[in-house]
Amino acid sequence: MILTQQLILGVLVGALYGLAAAGLSLTFGVLRVLNVAHGELLMLGGYGTFWLFTLWQIDPFLSLLYVAPAMFVLGLLLYGALFQFVVQANEEVRIKNSLLIGFGLTLILHTLAIHFWTADERAVTTSYGGAVVRIGVFAVPLIRLASLVFAFAILTALHLFLAKTRWGRAIRATAEDWEAAALMGIPVGKTYLVAFALGTVLAGISPSIGLEWTLKALIVVVLAGLGSLFGSFAGGILLGLAEATSVAFLGGPYREVMGLILFLIILVLRPQGLFGERG
Amino acid sequence: MLEVKNLEVAYGALTALHGVSLTIQPGEMVALVGPNGAGKSTLLKTIAGLLVPRAGAILWEGKRLSAVPPQRIVERGVALVPEGRRLFARMTVRENLELGAFTRRAQTERRAQIERVHAIFPRLFEREGQLAGSLSGGEQQMLALGRALMGLPRLLLLDEPSLGLAPRIVESIFSVLAELHREGMSLFVVEQNVHAVLHLARRAYILEGGRIVGEGEGQKLLQDDHVRAAYLGPLARGATS
Repeated sequence: MILTQQLILGVLVGALYGLAAAGLSLTFGVLRVLNVAHGELLMLGGYGTFWLFTLWQIDPFLSLLYVAPAMFVLGLLLYGALFQFVVQANEEVRIKNSLLIGFGLTLILHTLAIHFWTADERAVTTSYGGAVVRIGVFAVPLIRLASLVFAFAILTALHLFLAKTRWGRAIRATAEDWEAAALMGIPVGKTYLVAFALGTVLAGISPSIGLEWTLKALIVVVLAGLGSLFGSFAGGILLGLAEATSVAFLGGPYREVMGLILFLIILVLRPQGLFGERG
Repeated sequence: MLEVKNLEVAYGALTALHGVSLTIQPGEMVALVGPNGAGKSTLLKTIAGLLVPRAGAILWEGKRLSAVPPQRIVERGVALVPEGRRLFARMTVRENLELGAFTRRAQTERRAQIERVHAIFPRLFEREGQLAGSLSGGEQQMLALGRALMGLPRLLLLDEPSLGLAPRIVESIFSVLAELHREGMSLFVVEQNVHAVLHLARRAYILEGGRIVGEGEGQKLLQDDHVRAAYLGPLARGATS
């Protein structure tokens, strides 16, 4: 009974992990750079939502209409100022350099956030914040449930974009083989730019603030493997469930450990990830 | 017309092409033969814009192609079917073809061109919804060729189109190339299958160690002692053609 309740919460939190990981997976899949500042971008999006709510009482879900375009522009700027220089290198150098840039960016954003907004955790408290939906005997927080639906809707929209549109296909082609994509007439630099900006949007609209989120997103990317958005979603839910189970059986402190154990098991048994298509 | 003048290409300190010059007239089919590592693929990749030359020039229809990014080169009517086909394996046959028509010039003619490619390779129509990675080697080569045709090229560069394919399929790929040539397309073909390509192409260049060491009519090169010894092997020496 308590376990089931925990598992439900696990699924709900996991969906957010999945959304956070989808952005990381998209940038890595297309650009072959690992943006370790992903968690800080999550934080920026979270602050955007927080201030829009605090200053102008804009509903957190509605505020995405402002946050998403702002994050898109931020993504364009970050790519133009930093990451475009990395993607010109060969693959191995790309990853190393992107890690360096990402860590630097993490430090800067982190310090700026503490300087301007203090290190306190912030949360948005809406009128429906405490609302609970009852499903049978189980109580499900309304916000969490709405977030799940929201995450699924966003990933579906992104999937349709990548599967059906001309530019979506260009992004997938670039992810598979950028040289062949260039031979088709696809401006590879532009697809990198768009993919990076979309990854930034995905980070910014994940309804959460937290510095451990880069780690969670990385765990999910390893769990799910690259190349599948819905794989990220499923991987996120799996991590949420694993954490919930460990809370139920081992107690709260083991929650974080569980993710790392899962991470190691998958790395040993199936290094290409559960849904990944290449090693 | 394509004109390559004194082209020099290097990978870091390693020079791959030492001043290569050649021309391809409109509607001409030209072969490029040479041993492994001679720089054949390097030459094609440089014409297609994937590599930037260190010196020399490439002119296409009177304008410079060197140092123009690859996506602009496709737009101007020069397409490369790369070595190893380089299909988008996790996308469908149809998606691969549509990506071939990515340029603005090709977009407008996309539907008509897909029908044309389907007429040339009915197999691609049958396998429209399949992932490119699941096709057989021969079908993959058909798709690579069809995908390049989607971009409406006037000059088609082909890097080893027969590599790893069964003789029957090589024959059908070559007959498609001959047909495209008859329709007026310019073709520049790099081939290991020297015998077949010298029969097909009116003219050929021989590239060795990054330098053009020979040029001539395909049929004459087939009789040339150096060519016979170096590329056709002892078996071909006694053969008549």
